[in-house]
Amino acid sequence: MALLQISEPGGTPDPHQRRIAVGIDLGTTHSLVAAVRNSVAECLPDAAGRVILPSAVRYLAEGRRQIGHEALSEAAADPRNTITSVKRFMGRGLSDVKDRAKLPYEFVDTPGMVQIQTVDGIKSPVQVSAEILATLRFRAEDSFDDELFGAVVTVPAYFDDAQRQATKDAAQLAGLNVLRLINEPTAAAIAYGLENGSEGLYAIYDLGGGTFDVSLLRLTAGVFEVVATGGDSALGGDDFDHLLADWALTQSGLKAESAQDKRAVLVAARAAKEKLSGTDHATLACPLGATELSVRVTREQFELLGAELLARTLTALRKVLRDAKADKADVQGVVMVGGSTRMPMVQAAVAEFFGKPPLTNLNPDEVVALGAAIQANALAGNAGADDLLLLDVIPLSLGLETMGGLVERIIPRNSTIPTARGQDFTTFKDGQTALAVHVVQGERELVSDCRSLARFELRGIPPMVAGAARIRVSFQVDADGLLAVSAREEVSGVEASITVKPSYGLSDEEVARMLTESFTTAEGDMRLRSLRESGVEAERMLLATRAALVADGDLLSVDENASIQALLLALEASREGEDHHVIDAAVEALAKGTEAFAAERMNRGIRRALSGRRVEDV
Amino acid sequence: MNLHSTDFELFATPATMAFDRSALDARWRALQAEVHPDKFAAEGAAAQRVAMQWAVRVNEAYQRLKDPLKRAAYLCELNGAPVNAENNTAMPTSFLMQQMEWREALDDARALPAVELLANEVAAHRKASLAELQITIDKKRDFAAAAQQVRALMFVERFEADVDQRLEALGQ
Repeated sequence: MALLQISEPGGTPDPHQRRIAVGIDLGTTHSLVAAVRNSVAECLPDAAGRVILPSAVRYLAEGRRQIGHEALSEAAADPRNTITSVKRFMGRGLSDVKDRAKLPYEFVDTPGMVQIQTVDGIKSPVQVSAEILATLRFRAEDSFDDELFGAVVTVPAYFDDAQRQATKDAAQLAGLNVLRLINEPTAAAIAYGLENGSEGLYAIYDLGGGTFDVSLLRLTAGVFEVVATGGDSALGGDDFDHLLADWALTQSGLKAESAQDKRAVLVAARAAKEKLSGTDHATLACPLGATELSVRVTREQFELLGAELLARTLTALRKVLRDAKADKADVQGVVMVGGSTRMPMVQAAVAEFFGKPPLTNLNPDEVVALGAAIQANALAGNAGADDLLLLDVIPLSLGLETMGGLVERIIPRNSTIPTARGQDFTTFKDGQTALAVHVVQGERELVSDCRSLARFELRGIPPMVAGAARIRVSFQVDADGLLAVSAREEVSGVEASITVKPSYGLSDEEVARMLTESFTTAEGDMRLRSLRESGVEAERMLLATRAALVADGDLLSVDENASIQALLLALEASREGEDHHVIDAAVEALAKGTEAFAAERMNRGIRRALSGRRVEDV
Repeated sequence: MNLHSTDFELFATPATMAFDRSALDARWRALQAEVHPDKFAAEGAAAQRVAMQWAVRVNEAYQRLKDPLKRAAYLCELNGAPVNAENNTAMPTSFLMQQMEWREALDDARALPAVELLANEVAAHRKASLAELQITIDKKRDFAAAAQQVRALMFVERFEADVDQRLEALGQ
């Protein structure tokens, strides 16, 4: 039994005894926020009692905007300024947006990520996503009448580094403290597994509005281990809508020319698709210019149209099983996630593939947000949180460009994160003093077939004969699945490093500029916001360090203890001032000054937990 | 036990080729349950950094111990016979002949059954070589000979990856 914690008499009880941490499912078609309340995860409703927030943002003149249901209802009337399915553009360049001719937006081809021209100026997908996230943040703050400690935000498992970084940027832009990015199928597994107390190998089939993921997880006593993951970050319910819309136009011999018409046909196609999940025929109808589109479609016809998309999901499923070296028969259960799994053809195909009916007892729209909320509650360190551990993987291999445009794989796909690996390279020419490092992600042999994540240069290598230099390039992927790369010439010690961001994400300057321009400043001045954030971090450090000293202070010599006490006092003193830079510096000084202590504590913790137990017992 | 312990010390398992996979998996989960950064998410930056280092180290050791070839290469290194694959590519002629035969067979194999046949042959060869490697290390304790066997198996593994790619391209 866990012991209850009681604070020392006269001591200040932890002011954040119950930290409010939420899980956010930032979806292609809709988004949700959930939190653990009275030990149960639940989705938080808006003032009108609706939990689903359509992922739609409409920009109006003079900086006004509508978000969610309000925006969606205007989508057909004002398609250019009403952005839906923005998730498909996250971390993507213009050329990546395959069906752009069918979309009603005015795209701006900016280096890195594509942007959209609206009546309120040019908007980046990160900004649009931040609007949605901020709306959910306000909803959560209103629900609890308190500020949030942090949030877990979900991303498709198959998102690459650029897409993940863009999502994290959006969350920060929305004023959220991101506790962790976690993968959507993994979140679904948490919600599902904890609900059912399941053990064994499970497949999560997640077909959302714009993305498809499949993950294979092994569940053992609160540990959720992702064995392999795969999918397609540009395949989802939207594609079924597009197919149906195109088919209906061909059938009728009509054309959708204007932005309004394009949107109207898509909206009608989606409605028909949803109706076909319950009946065997539907009519796809909408006004089209001066005429009217009206085409009858049977479920059989629709299933014929969707067969190829469905087959692609099954191919991904086979690939994941192969990567995991697992057989269909090893899979104990298949969990269906995402609104698109409501289509009967999807359920039938998955059931046939595994030879057993998929599990659908949790609402496929809510399960991801619920799982994220459970993980957020655990990360916040709340008492009574479920003792769970996520061991996730990277979905795509990470590598470097070498001579001849070939990819040298450094970290293979499905490696458990966090992970790090180094590889040695050398110079190609005599007297070469610089080395270009090109970081790529993907499974193909040629650089041109992979996604370019970043380029940087290691300069100042002393001139040597070709092949004499020893350049160690190190890749590090953190628990959010985000990559940092550094390079070091071992003979001279010259170093260069980069957090992979610039080529497809936003640079820090861009984020700073957006912050100053954005809604978050409406609440008050930037400086105050920074001061408050630094204050919270200082508070967290002070509490954590004092708790550590109480628990393991005996590991320190008198001198070591004194120097940590001095750093604590310095941090306390810095909080009296008004300069967040001073507080940040004091926080960092304390972090640095306690690193050796943290390492010792970790060693003791591991010894305590594992020593004296035979291997068979753990 | 600390960050500089060997993989075998971290996983409290004998430094041999023979190992119990389920015990290894269980130890990995138990270690990660102690060191994973998620366990320190509510603590300060110092604890986070240490947790990250540890979690990376534990994952590295786990990757190495559960893969027989990586495990063998590591055992050779610990016992003073590093594999040094990049500087040591001399292989017996008979081995090279077989590699060339396999390459030609892969080039000629157009349809799925032929590629599958080759895949099975290579897999059987790898299995037999690994069994031999286990004897060289666990019974004979001949690490110089083991290093040579590891180098040969690295070629086989690379070829297997090419065969897998072909299988994938053929839609299997």
